[in-house]
Amino acid sequence: MPRAKVKRKSTSIDMTAMCDVAFLLLTFFILTATARQPDPLDIKLPSSSYKIPVPDVDIAKLTIGHGKVFYEVAGKDVKMATLDKMAEQYKVSFTPQERERFGVIQSFGVPMQSLKAFINLPDEAARTKSGLQIGIPTDSLDNQLSAWLLNSRKAVAELHSTAMRVSIKGDAKEEYPVVKKIVDILQKQKINKFSLITTAAGGAK
Amino acid sequence: MAELDTSSGGGKKGGGKVRTKKANTKVDLTAMVDLAFLLITFFMLTTSLSKPIAMDIAKPDKDVKDENRLELRASQTMTILLGKNNKVAWYMGEAGKSQPNIEGFGDIRKSILANKKKVADANGNNPKKTLVVVIKPTSGASYENFVNIMDELNITKITAAPAIDDENITDAEKDFMKKNGIL
Repeated sequence: MPRAKVKRKSTSIDMTAMCDVAFLLLTFFILTATARQPDPLDIKLPSSSYKIPVPDVDIAKLTIGHGKVFYEVAGKDVKMATLDKMAEQYKVSFTPQERERFGVIQSFGVPMQSLKAFINLPDEAARTKSGLQIGIPTDSLDNQLSAWLLNSRKAVAELHSTAMRVSIKGDAKEEYPVVKKIVDILQKQKINKFSLITTAAGGAK
Repeated sequence: MAELDTSSGGGKKGGGKVRTKKANTKVDLTAMVDLAFLLITFFMLTTSLSKPIAMDIAKPDKDVKDENRLELRASQTMTILLGKNNKVAWYMGEAGKSQPNIEGFGDIRKSILANKKKVADANGNNPKKTLVVVIKPTSGASYENFVNIMDELNITKITAAPAIDDENITDAEKDFMKKNGIL
């Protein structure tokens, strides 16, 4: 009786299609991933077990660290509208180019007086190095933070007809009175509800 | 797809017919696929996980003199004072009447849960009479302490809105904290 011949099949599979799919997905994820914007202020966020994500639009972000406050409002249109209102209030004029450039600047911490020079610096690295970022003045005589907040709230209300949310990014080691001072400024404008941005804690802490 | 017909080259031994050695051009893609999937995983996780997380804080309106404010019953109020060196002092009831306890952040959760249970038991598990926590961050506290204590309240599921009171820290509380070196 002849032995049944088992046909030996090659065990290697054609990986080409799989490779194609993998790289397609990879490209997609790389392109959709938004690059993490480096914070001009070196802060370490505290962690919490909260799981509520922060919205990306109509939100102002206050970064508090090392006794300084940095400000950012989301959205290019809102940024530009806010700058217009600030310019009017502080009697500084900005050229259309400067407005355009301000629209893409991330978090900043310069007083109004040096904002023009700050905008005209070539790039983000130069801005970080410039030493102009001494924080936004918050004292009661010259409360620019309050003005920024108020003007961006107006801008958000006009452009998107929603209420602007305020979020606070505080350094974990920051002393509470510094944070309280900022919160008091918010409360003076009747912003009694705000979000504290934290990082996710790993497991039960 | 990944194969090419390579019929050139080969051995040049012998004078007659050029024997073409068919080299297998099938590249092993396994390693490449591995790498691709590794990167995919990495990018997938970083895009969804890097979303910042927020905790919503509501503070009482300062200017409004609300006439019908709720009075807190001393028996169901727990006051937590945040001091320096990551220490907290807490007491139940009215200030000055009960001795505050000093604890680190590791133990405060147990205390909150114990007090929550005590209050719930005393009120026959009435959902309207649960533990109310008053947080008083002092000047010695760091921002992290504040976030941590709010987080503890979330973890321990304190349903009554926490009162954040950084204005009315009584002298008795200050004295106690100074005496114990946490202010």
